[in-house]
Amino acid sequence: MEKNSSCCFSNLSSNLPITCLITFITIFLHRVLNVIYRTGKPLGKRVSPQRPLSTLIVLGSGGHTAEMINLLLVLRKERFTPRFYIAAATDNMSLQKARVLENSLADSSETKGLSAEFMQIYRSREVGQSYVTSVWTTLVAMAHALWLMIKIRPQVVLCNGPGTCIPLCVIAFFIKVIGIRRSSIFYVESIARVKRLSLSGLLLYKLRIADQFFVQWPQLQRKYPRAHYVGCLM
Amino acid sequence: MGEARDGVKVKRVVFVTVGTTCFDALVKVADCQEVKDELYRRGYTDLLIQMGRGSYLPAKSTGDDGSLAVDYFTFSLSIADHLRSASLVISHAGSGSIFETLQLGKPLIVVVNEDLMDNHQSELAEELAERKHLYCSRPLTLHQTIASMDLNSLVPYTPGDATPVAKLINRFLGFPEES
Repeated sequence: MEKNSSCCFSNLSSNLPITCLITFITIFLHRVLNVIYRTGKPLGKRVSPQRPLSTLIVLGSGGHTAEMINLLLVLRKERFTPRFYIAAATDNMSLQKARVLENSLADSSETKGLSAEFMQIYRSREVGQSYVTSVWTTLVAMAHALWLMIKIRPQVVLCNGPGTCIPLCVIAFFIKVIGIRRSSIFYVESIARVKRLSLSGLLLYKLRIADQFFVQWPQLQRKYPRAHYVGCLM
Repeated sequence: MGEARDGVKVKRVVFVTVGTTCFDALVKVADCQEVKDELYRRGYTDLLIQMGRGSYLPAKSTGDDGSLAVDYFTFSLSIADHLRSASLVISHAGSGSIFETLQLGKPLIVVVNEDLMDNHQSELAEELAERKHLYCSRPLTLHQTIASMDLNSLVPYTPGDATPVAKLINRFLGFPEES
């Protein structure tokens, strides 16, 4: 009898971790599916439309940054505050351009102060780097991105490629899964993409990470029907 | 600039730019005699090359001997000034250079770099060439493009507008429509 009960106990103790694991995975999958289901669904009318949303702006480089600046110029800044700018560590020009934009805003309005922050991040893949070595650099970039995203916890993510935005968007997605913060992710495919999506664009589109996906050429919208065609930004 | 006075030749500058890239194939072909002769024949007087990170150095020339004057530099903070004073721009296919040139209303030949790993850049140049905003070329065909181009047939580019994106983002987030 005693032997039997101890056996039963050991049975339970060996099953417990497995049960926990299965429960955990079930909850996790449920959360993932829930987040995917809610992705792309508009937030609905804001209860307090005056309340601003903290916004992460991922700057690409060269042409990507120029397109993003054009978008920022027409967004109402008081709705997207504070603004966090992130650019690749190897790209000094982009943050410089963002600073010029923010300074011109600060000059034109009375509300000076800490409405913008500028940060750099390791890049997952440089132009021309081989896909094999980019596995390792992507891991480093992920760790760094995780640290930054936990600090920022943005409500809005604006990005338009290239690879720099992928770790940040994936982490924003998992922050939604865990339930820390529900962020809305917007991706604008570069004007340079006329017939095919970029790798970053394809990932965010196929994995349904982007809440709204914009393309600048009608050919792309026909190929990717969930995308919104918005005309040229440049 | 603009008018010829007292027999002084009007300066008509061709500006070649590779941006921040390394694109020796373009610098080399712009510097070759065939292309220089063709440019001179079409009435250009100066060739200014922004060579970026490339290692090929063009041959400088003052152009006194009745040929094209050639000069080069690596980088400059005032690319916009060079674009503005150019009569023709020959550029790599980066979207930054392309749109900066088009928005200044300058005639543009885009030369696609065929050595890039992921060569999506030709897509944009070819699409804009189809819409007659620019000429799209390759290093090997640049001189033919220059010989056959008709700059009057180019259609001026109307700059784009980001308000449709902003509208959709605002609507998604539940902000009231702009009045």
